[in-house]
Amino acid sequence: MTVKKIIPVALLVVGVMVLWLVPTFIKSDSAVNLLILTFIYVMLAVSWNILGGYTGQVNLGHAAFFGLGTLATRLLYTSGFHIFPSLLAAGVVAVVFSMFIGIPAFRLRLRGDYFTIGTLALSQILYITVGNVLPKITYLPIEDIQNYQLNLRYYLILALALFTIGVAYMLAKSRLGLGMMAVRENEDAAEALGVNAFSHKLLALALSAFLGGLAGGAYAYYQTSYYFNYTFTPLWSLDPVTITFVGGVGTVIGPVIGAVFFVLVKEFLVLRMGEYHLIVFGILFILVVLFLPGGLVEAWERVRQAIARRLKYRETAVPSLELRKD
Amino acid sequence: MPATVAQSLAFGILVGALYALAAVGLSLVFGVTKFLNVAHGEFLMFGGYASFWLFTLLGVDPFASIPLSMLFLVLIGLLVYRLLFSRMAKLPTQEKIRNTLLVGFGLGLILQNVALRLWTADNRGITPSYAREALTILGVRLPYVRVASLILAFVFLFALQLFLRRTYTGKAIRATVEDWEAATLMGIDVHRVYLLSFLLAAALAGAAGTLVAVGYSVEPTMGMHWTLKGLIVLVMGGIGSITGTLVGGLILGVAESATAVFINSNYRQVVGLVIFILVLLIRPQGLFGTKEG
Repeated sequence: MTVKKIIPVALLVVGVMVLWLVPTFIKSDSAVNLLILTFIYVMLAVSWNILGGYTGQVNLGHAAFFGLGTLATRLLYTSGFHIFPSLLAAGVVAVVFSMFIGIPAFRLRLRGDYFTIGTLALSQILYITVGNVLPKITYLPIEDIQNYQLNLRYYLILALALFTIGVAYMLAKSRLGLGMMAVRENEDAAEALGVNAFSHKLLALALSAFLGGLAGGAYAYYQTSYYFNYTFTPLWSLDPVTITFVGGVGTVIGPVIGAVFFVLVKEFLVLRMGEYHLIVFGILFILVVLFLPGGLVEAWERVRQAIARRLKYRETAVPSLELRKD
Repeated sequence: MPATVAQSLAFGILVGALYALAAVGLSLVFGVTKFLNVAHGEFLMFGGYASFWLFTLLGVDPFASIPLSMLFLVLIGLLVYRLLFSRMAKLPTQEKIRNTLLVGFGLGLILQNVALRLWTADNRGITPSYAREALTILGVRLPYVRVASLILAFVFLFALQLFLRRTYTGKAIRATVEDWEAATLMGIDVHRVYLLSFLLAAALAGAAGTLVAVGYSVEPTMGMHWTLKGLIVLVMGGIGSITGTLVGGLILGVAESATAVFINSNYRQVVGLVIFILVLLIRPQGLFGTKEG
């Protein structure tokens, strides 16, 4: 039993160490860039999963949190603030905004589908408004561009991604997280057992918004130039949803696996046949929703069980196998 | 100034009729099957492209191509229903809404990118010889194609109303909206009714797409935009009310025009979304809806 517990911890330590050493040994900027992008997708998907997966409130406007995060960090950082307060502001701004949706929606016990469409509408409002108010490209400060430290950004964003996963992991194990899952399964039953559905949903939303905003902050620190409203485009809402579902909605590791898979598929397909990855990912997403609600995590679990069954079968069949050897 | 106001009011009404036509299919499917097909806007886009290519390659008049674009969408609808939506028909209501919404989202993504690969991101409009001609009443310019679209939208809505009220099949559809279990007990094949209303909605999206392509333009990413318009009108009008949908569409069109005149044309898209959220929060059954859909 203890060995079984040590293995994942050891794997995690080795994995983090390998990721930490990547910039020292791999001198290819494109590989580092790809990893940074993966980390950002991990943050987006893991943060989406806290509200969408744990609590079951499907949010089709995650781009609002991500975009507000980029906006806050970018504006503060380019006006001379240090990166850490700028990142913190990203999370805080996203949380404040999320309360404007969350408090009325959850207070009124808005039906799940209304909440979903409402978030989509809100993110669209932000997308259009930001495009109107700030219709221009934003650049990192000139000294940052001249002396662009990719590795520094790599370590920072890796740390942020690990932090995000850590929060999601701790939450899933905690009483609070279990309460959120109870609300997802059956709100009335959860309330009857003393779980306050309103505060659990609201807290899940706040955490999801904070971490989503942080992902935006990371993006704003990393990307040298983009249109201010680019980070509000619906794609930033879509990607975390598809990634989380393909990986395994409601699980801790699912969104992480999904994000890695997403970036790999994207890279692979872009190299071979241009920007077809969205079509492929759309199809995968639909297949998962229809046939494999647990995503890749469930698929892996099924394979593992099948192998375990096969092994057990072989144990009993050993004598006959040995006979055949002779 | 009064002339500008009258002009944009007119444009608002003209586009509002199309919003209603785009929304009515969404509303029909949601009312009958509880499918929230957010790929409805992409259906509309495909209808627009069908007529665009019929006009560009074969010179078919856009108004004459409406039946063809409807037929095209029926075929797409049949494929999509058989492959995807029929699998979700038996889920419990809330799960059905959620899963169809997700599948529709994925489907929209696929259709949008297919259109992008096939036909590039260019904005395309159908421009027959009479496209620029307009009727002028008291200084207000009314382009013929948009007036014709308005009339056709009214005709479609009226025909749908008649179909639902007067025919046996229409009554079966309405019975299913009210209570599908009771409808089943009365000998109505609910799954046929589902399929029928899905195809009907697809056909209406095709017609709306053609009218959008001829009065305005089509491009691959327009789907989400039109789905949102449909959803806004749907929550305003209430589910299952054709009159409500029509009024909701016109209100949205006029509200957008008013925003463009009095505030800023950049915010014309925002006003609908704001109305939408307010209605959701204050009156979730819709401005004209009487009971929960």
